[in-house]
Amino acid sequence: MVNFDNILKYLAVQAPLRAFSGEDFNATKMAVQEYTLPALPYAYNALEPHISAQIMELHHSKHHQAYVTNLNNALRLHVAAVGAGDIASQIEMQQVIKFNGGGHINHSLFWKNLAPAESEETKPEAAKELVAAVEKTWGSLDDFKNAFSSTLLGIQGSGWGWLVKDSANGLRIVTTKDQDPVVGRDVPVFGVDMWEHAYYLQYLNGKAAYVENIWNVINWKTAEERFLGTSEATKL
Amino acid sequence: MSSTLLRTVPALRGALRASAVKPAAALASTSFVRGKATLPDLPYDYNALEPYISSKIMELHHKKHHQTYVTGLNTALENIAKAEEKGDFTKAASIAPLLNFHGGGHVNHSLFWENLAPASREGGGEPKGDLKQAIEDDFGSFEDFRKQMNTTLAGIQGSGWAWLVKDKESDTLSIVTRANQDPVTGAFVPLLGIDAWEHAYYLQYENRKAEYFDAIWNIINWKTVAKRYD
Repeated sequence: MVNFDNILKYLAVQAPLRAFSGEDFNATKMAVQEYTLPALPYAYNALEPHISAQIMELHHSKHHQAYVTNLNNALRLHVAAVGAGDIASQIEMQQVIKFNGGGHINHSLFWKNLAPAESEETKPEAAKELVAAVEKTWGSLDDFKNAFSSTLLGIQGSGWGWLVKDSANGLRIVTTKDQDPVVGRDVPVFGVDMWEHAYYLQYLNGKAAYVENIWNVINWKTAEERFLGTSEATKL
Repeated sequence: MSSTLLRTVPALRGALRASAVKPAAALASTSFVRGKATLPDLPYDYNALEPYISSKIMELHHKKHHQTYVTGLNTALENIAKAEEKGDFTKAASIAPLLNFHGGGHVNHSLFWENLAPASREGGGEPKGDLKQAIEDDFGSFEDFRKQMNTTLAGIQGSGWAWLVKDKESDTLSIVTRANQDPVTGAFVPLLGIDAWEHAYYLQYENRKAEYFDAIWNIINWKTVAKRYD
């Protein structure tokens, strides 16, 4: 059973003391990293009519914000649990960190791999090298889009679909459940959020239409930069 | 094939028998359609759970989402039967996740509709009799149970359900969660299920899911829950 009282006591008493102790490795220093909600690179209504302003505002200012807030809280509690030597609490917080940290990473990547439909970024010509690699792997861009779309529609429950580049520079389509992020050697090129909150207010149960329309707002320029490894966009 | 398969999935078989298969049709038809699932009628109108769950949510949830699970379940069963006929057991096994997802979706929603009721009729209030006693024995009080259920619901990461269940061996009550549409099977009897998928509340409550979890207690059909307990 997790003892939150011990953790809170530790936070209240031990952490401030340690802050003045000058130790190189201490809980307070580890807790300094605070994550914040990144600003959207476009207005809430910029992806209309494909994604409504109402969805974008809730998705960014409420859902993404909740992941950020819960991530920061969980990181603080985790550091406290490390300091208190409470392994059960550490493990419990790791699940919360994975979910909310994943939510923060995934949404941060998602916003940047979308762009207004009429912009230059949403034309596949903005991703010459990536599109060539896609054509080599799937035969044509349309074949890839079909494969990606049916993968998205096959997700059971909440999750994400990703185009990733693996360590041998090969491209693959993968899905991650809930808010699991793409980690390890795979580089996320672009992701599509298949949680119901990403489309329900506009598309209701018609998620196939959402998937069809998302192609109008994919930011191929960002995708190319991530593919070539020149983008800061995969860093938070 | 269907009957063989259904024999191994008690919860699925129960739900099909209880809510989906029309006995007269089953008698008149061949064994091939005996196990075909159909969308059960709601035991109340779409607007009957307002203001706690909007009419629009209920209509989409029943007519579109639940219908998709019914259709998907029947397709999975047919494809498994076809694969079996061909002796292609690898193919049959590959369909199992779809059977679990759509079969679970059908079972879960069938149970859910029946454990809800309009606030003006059986909905809301507190459980009575043996069920009330069992809840007090295992959770301390009804209020403690309600709080624990809400905390559990709020903690679900992604899509899923929370259930009040009875252990078949010990008769003890507990709260469990299931991811996505995984049904409650095995040692547990599902007594009360609450759908925590976003489609269950988003049109009305948006990201404020705690408000949905608070509101739903006004429309719990304790009579149904007690019947399942007994």
